[in-house]
Amino acid sequence: MENQKLVISPAPHVHGKNDTRRMMGDVLLALLPALVVSVLAYGWQAFVVVAFSVACCVLVEWFIQRFMLRGENTIGNLSAIVTGVLLGFNLPANIPLGLVAIAAVVAIGIGKMTYGGLGKNPFNPALVGRVFMLVAFPVAMTSFPEAVGAVSGATPLAMAKEALKAGAPVSEVLQSVNFADMFLGAKSGSLGEISVVALLLGFGWLLVRRVISWHIPVCVLGTMALFSGIMWAVNPAEYMSPLFHLLSGGAVLGAVFMATDYVTSPMTKKGMVIYAIGIGAITMLIRLWGPYPEGMSFAILIMNALVPLIDKWVRPRRFGVVKTQK
Amino acid sequence: MKTFPIGGIHPSDCKEYSKDSAIERFPIPEIVTIPLAQHIGAPAVACVAKGDRVLVGQVIATAGGFVSSPIHSSVSGVVKSVDMTADAQGNLKPSVTIGVEGDEWVESIDRSKEIAKNINLTPQEIVAKISEMGIVGMGGATFPTHVKLSIPAGKKAECLIINAVECEPYLTADYRVMLELGDRLLVGARILAKAIGVDKIYIGVENNKPDAIAHLEKLAGAYLEVEIVPLKMRYPQGGEKQLIAAVTGREVPSGGLPIDVGAVVQNVGTALAVYEAVAKNKPLFERVVTVTGSTLKEPKNLLVRIGTPMSALIEYCGGMEGVGKVIAGGPMMGRAVSNVDAPVTKGTSGVLLMPTEESLRQKEGVCIRCAKCVEACPMGLEPYLLSKLTQNGDFEELERHYIADCIECGCCTFSCPSYLPLLDWVRIGKAEVMKRIRERAAAKK
Repeated sequence: MENQKLVISPAPHVHGKNDTRRMMGDVLLALLPALVVSVLAYGWQAFVVVAFSVACCVLVEWFIQRFMLRGENTIGNLSAIVTGVLLGFNLPANIPLGLVAIAAVVAIGIGKMTYGGLGKNPFNPALVGRVFMLVAFPVAMTSFPEAVGAVSGATPLAMAKEALKAGAPVSEVLQSVNFADMFLGAKSGSLGEISVVALLLGFGWLLVRRVISWHIPVCVLGTMALFSGIMWAVNPAEYMSPLFHLLSGGAVLGAVFMATDYVTSPMTKKGMVIYAIGIGAITMLIRLWGPYPEGMSFAILIMNALVPLIDKWVRPRRFGVVKTQK
Repeated sequence: MKTFPIGGIHPSDCKEYSKDSAIERFPIPEIVTIPLAQHIGAPAVACVAKGDRVLVGQVIATAGGFVSSPIHSSVSGVVKSVDMTADAQGNLKPSVTIGVEGDEWVESIDRSKEIAKNINLTPQEIVAKISEMGIVGMGGATFPTHVKLSIPAGKKAECLIINAVECEPYLTADYRVMLELGDRLLVGARILAKAIGVDKIYIGVENNKPDAIAHLEKLAGAYLEVEIVPLKMRYPQGGEKQLIAAVTGREVPSGGLPIDVGAVVQNVGTALAVYEAVAKNKPLFERVVTVTGSTLKEPKNLLVRIGTPMSALIEYCGGMEGVGKVIAGGPMMGRAVSNVDAPVTKGTSGVLLMPTEESLRQKEGVCIRCAKCVEACPMGLEPYLLSKLTQNGDFEELERHYIADCIECGCCTFSCPSYLPLLDWVRIGKAEVMKRIRERAAAKK
């Protein structure tokens, strides 16, 4: 037979459905319900902040890739868009757009491209941006507009922290919070974190599409619940209940969308569990005894720094290798 | 339902193309080219010369050592040459080319249709027969079967496992054998069990073949020692170590052999060949080959004489139109073919044609540390790390991370969302590490 031109390549000759673009697209889809709730709660300004953040992140990545790293265009992998949305989610809805631009430059420019771009950054870029803003512009970052249905402009966490510090008993703080509202999204906070139910919907989507596994989110939230549960059981008059901690602040947004960032989380399931427990514990330490009402961002960044160590010491279970010495 | 303990993937099985076509006898070609190295180990040594007349089943090359296997003529006719010819990858290999005249079989072969059930040979006689008839592992690895049946001193076989998984997508040759020649297959399995002195036979079949499971269960009813084990569909369940773990729950130790956990594994095609060799005196000179692919008009399962050019099979099933890649074997572990005129050998389980649009790989991206490769690896390795270490040339570190355990199943490359050629790198690293291990062992002696 005439040998026509045939492709020669090593096995395997077929590929699965996994694809970076598809997975990033799934993350964006999973973030959509939270964005919708945010627009309902804060109006179109919430959408403007997110859209502007995305635009800035994409522009910064394109610029650095084109003129500084001189590499191929990387916008197509959608990761800059994901970072842009997550960065926007971590900002108040009424933040001046100039500050959003600064946050984007720090997130993508310093948090990601400095290390060489996608896959090489040790820290979650969106959180690098957020924490920089928290330190540099503390007032703009913590004065939230009043969300529709929320009792005040203060976040439940900040309110509880202030009240408890001033010596008010927990029962009094509880009078001004409503768990159902906190679950649905009628509370103050960064624009993407307010609706727990919307974020959980996104979590479900990520699980169904096998983008992430349950390990990190469940272990982060489980650790927070256990930690706060113990303190609450010991002294219910001074410590808020686990439910309050899970429903407030960036607990769910952080556990589901920030801590699970592929690049900055461990490579083995066991490693993921250790990393997640660390995040949960550090978050609670900061929330209960630290200077900030919320500690999720710091906790994730601290554990990001430990990921190389975790990956070095925690190995997958090898087939046919028994650890115990005879 | 049982399966192996870690990793694995779910490729779409694509068996619908050929699974319902009954095994068909492929016409004997005019010329066959029979390679002398169709097995792992030393090539066979030709014992015929140009001009010799040969019969079907006649020895044309004798085993080149213990880990080797004799080669028999698949046709009757005249030897045209004993020379170097191009194999499927274009490499020149010693082969015997025979011009076909008629179809005359050596007399010792029992060509009657009736099924011989009682075998009155001793285990040693069975192994000798299997060796003499040129039987090798027909799942693709082509390890000489008599070597696998020779249990090393100090080890004891406890069970025989028949690998009826056929976990490679597209391939259906074993499946058709189970449905059409199941009774012979079972006798073959019992012969193998007798050879290694065990009284337990497991037949592992994946649950995407419920009719094969039901059929074998019915046939095995009379044999108490045979147990059909349905397995949850998952690739690479047909990997020897994965199958043993799935069926018995025991893991072959890193660097060890199946016999270390008392298991001997033989493939469906091998068990059938063993039946024919021992009960019917028939050497291995033909095999069932799945010829399949989405571009083919008529995908088929063909009973083919060894040495028939693959191109003849392709022509027979519909030709090369729209084909960009030809694969000998399955899509996960088969090898791409550059020379379609190369012959079918003892290890050719399938000829798979991929359409042009599915033939090229996607553009390679960057590692985003998603850990899909770690999750998919059935040996519990870290492909992303092994690939990186190979690129860095850090072979000591590679050995510490068990690269020698890699079974080259391809789950990592299959799973990578950035289309990284993980297994390509791992193969390079593994080859170098294996070389170093061998050199160390040689230096010790």
